[in-house]
Amino acid sequence: MTAVAAQAAQKDRRRLRVHGADIGDRIYEIVTTACALVVPALVIAIAIAIFAAAWPAFAKLGLSIVTSSDWDVSSGHFGAAPALYGTLVSSAVALIIATPLAIGVAIFLSEFSPLWLRQPIGFLVDLLAAVPSVVYGLWGIFVLVPMLREQVMPFLRDRLHLGATPFFSGPAYGPSMLAAGVVLAIMALPYISAVSREVLMAVPRSQREAALALGATRWEMIRDAVIPYAKSGIVGGIMLGLGRALGETMAVTMVIGNRPEISASLFAPGYTMASLIANEFSEATNDLHLSALMAVGAILFIITLIVNAVARWLVWQVSRGRVS
Amino acid sequence: MRALKVAALIVFATACGKENANQSSTASSTSTSSGQSVDLTGAGATFPYPLYSKWFSEYANVTGVKINYQSIGSGGGIRQLSEGTVDFGASDSPMSDEEMAKAKGGPILHIPTVLGAVVITYNLPGVNTPIEITPQVIAEIFSGRITKWNDTRITSINPTITLPKSDILVVHRSDGSGTSYIFTDYLTQAVPAWKASVGKGKEVKWPVGLGAKGNEGVAGQVKQTPGSIGYVELAYAKQNKLPIAAVKNRDGKFIIASVPAVTAAAAGVAKTLTPNTDYRISIVNAPGPDSYPISSFTWILVYQHQKDAVKGKKLVDFLNWALTEGEAEAPPLDYAPLPADMASNVRARLKTIDSAGTK
Repeated sequence: MTAVAAQAAQKDRRRLRVHGADIGDRIYEIVTTACALVVPALVIAIAIAIFAAAWPAFAKLGLSIVTSSDWDVSSGHFGAAPALYGTLVSSAVALIIATPLAIGVAIFLSEFSPLWLRQPIGFLVDLLAAVPSVVYGLWGIFVLVPMLREQVMPFLRDRLHLGATPFFSGPAYGPSMLAAGVVLAIMALPYISAVSREVLMAVPRSQREAALALGATRWEMIRDAVIPYAKSGIVGGIMLGLGRALGETMAVTMVIGNRPEISASLFAPGYTMASLIANEFSEATNDLHLSALMAVGAILFIITLIVNAVARWLVWQVSRGRVS
Repeated sequence: MRALKVAALIVFATACGKENANQSSTASSTSTSSGQSVDLTGAGATFPYPLYSKWFSEYANVTGVKINYQSIGSGGGIRQLSEGTVDFGASDSPMSDEEMAKAKGGPILHIPTVLGAVVITYNLPGVNTPIEITPQVIAEIFSGRITKWNDTRITSINPTITLPKSDILVVHRSDGSGTSYIFTDYLTQAVPAWKASVGKGKEVKWPVGLGAKGNEGVAGQVKQTPGSIGYVELAYAKQNKLPIAAVKNRDGKFIIASVPAVTAAAAGVAKTLTPNTDYRISIVNAPGPDSYPISSFTWILVYQHQKDAVKGKKLVDFLNWALTEGEAEAPPLDYAPLPADMASNVRARLKTIDSAGTK
């Protein structure tokens, strides 16, 4: 049906072109095509520039740049494994915290919230995305980190006895992988919740009514009829949040402790690839150092590409499995 | 219709008037800047930026020469100067021979402008007098061999102060910085064991502690965490009223960093300089009873052979001004001026800048 309509539309366009009555359309077409070509070209140009600059480091250091943990500028050792680990772990912590919270907000707003509350809460959640990351960093240093050090970390370690596991052991200095994860969670939350809210609201009313008519409770209706319908959109929102978390630089640098070491404990300071580049780039004069930082950038670029590809695949998987 | 015409006329007239005003103002500004308005551009160190920006605005007021400076970090300044995209660079650590050799515009001169110092700051609740500290103790704390505040190696130098039993948390810079360079350069020269283990650099592999970004990051971390110790620039510590430790200098006296103590360190070293020095010198661990030992120059970097004679002359004029009148601006901003005889020696060196590259 839609295919036929599209064909008809194309025929229409061709006819118009033949008649030469659409100079405006032609200009419009050219401009939009140019826009569509410029953006991918930009991505490719950036990739080429980064990989070209990173090449000397890859050639000289080989795989050790991702496998070694020894980052020592003065002796020419550039092993970014702790930063790679830190980027992945801090983002994972962020998603573990942010996803349930964001989806909870989205479900409340789309299903339970009285109309007068929907706008203000939605607005405030969206506002989280507008706060500059340096402000999150400052808040992290002056509010979050002392709170984690004095209340949350001792509580987790001693009261909940999680100190017995390797993940919550060791001294609580404050700046840590956990602090970075919490800040990233807050930053990723509005992305996940905004997208989830929109897709939940877009679920057709008939879907809900049908579930209720079959005798479902409100909770069953949401669980069995609404969420499955919106699943692919929610996954897309989570991936958007993950993208935000992977690339965040300033706020993380301010709270993570910037220590290039791999530690199982979330209380220990860590490092991320973005912070490593931000910290060292401006004072890097040695060629190999500069190139190694570019290589770290290239790896981050690849990871982001992989995340996006996985997100596409997940959304595709989820939507294929959906009955519509 | 008539009203419209009148309105249009008025708009036109005001527009013309404005244009005239603009023209006359540009004319007057070019005349003060000796014929042509060639601006100078520079890039580099962030540490002296507060002083440099004051210099540039004042110099523009006095002479009309406008100088644009981007405080992008010493590394960036050196790179941009090497590529020839700026007229001068600025750095907190001297360029290496290798970096000098790569510069596209020929030999580079290091012009010391002012001095900075790095101080040890700490957070010890209940301790109100400045603690005293030796280079050995600093090195052992920063390499993780002293881990408690009541370690006898600390208490023996501070017999009058009751130090807590708590752990020491070391805070260092995470970003590449001249501050770290000065601090590690000092420990390298004063403590042989440090030289063998960590060494010096704008970023080194720290054996212990947390990394914080910028002076404000280190200061914030130290302020937040009882039992912590860190290092920041003198200007930053003084303006934020952080506790500062007295450091034992080469003559065995404990000195609290101050502008005169830093200038004294430079004066102590100045006596040992040969007349043809290139000023790529370190003044950490300087001799002299009043010298603060963790001090350093900050430099403006210029090509000896200027490509553009007009720009070259403006640059030399500015540097001459900076080394005379500019120096007086330094102490209120907590930068230490060069010792007077050294400033005049550096000015003599400015005479070797020529415009041989002019085509």
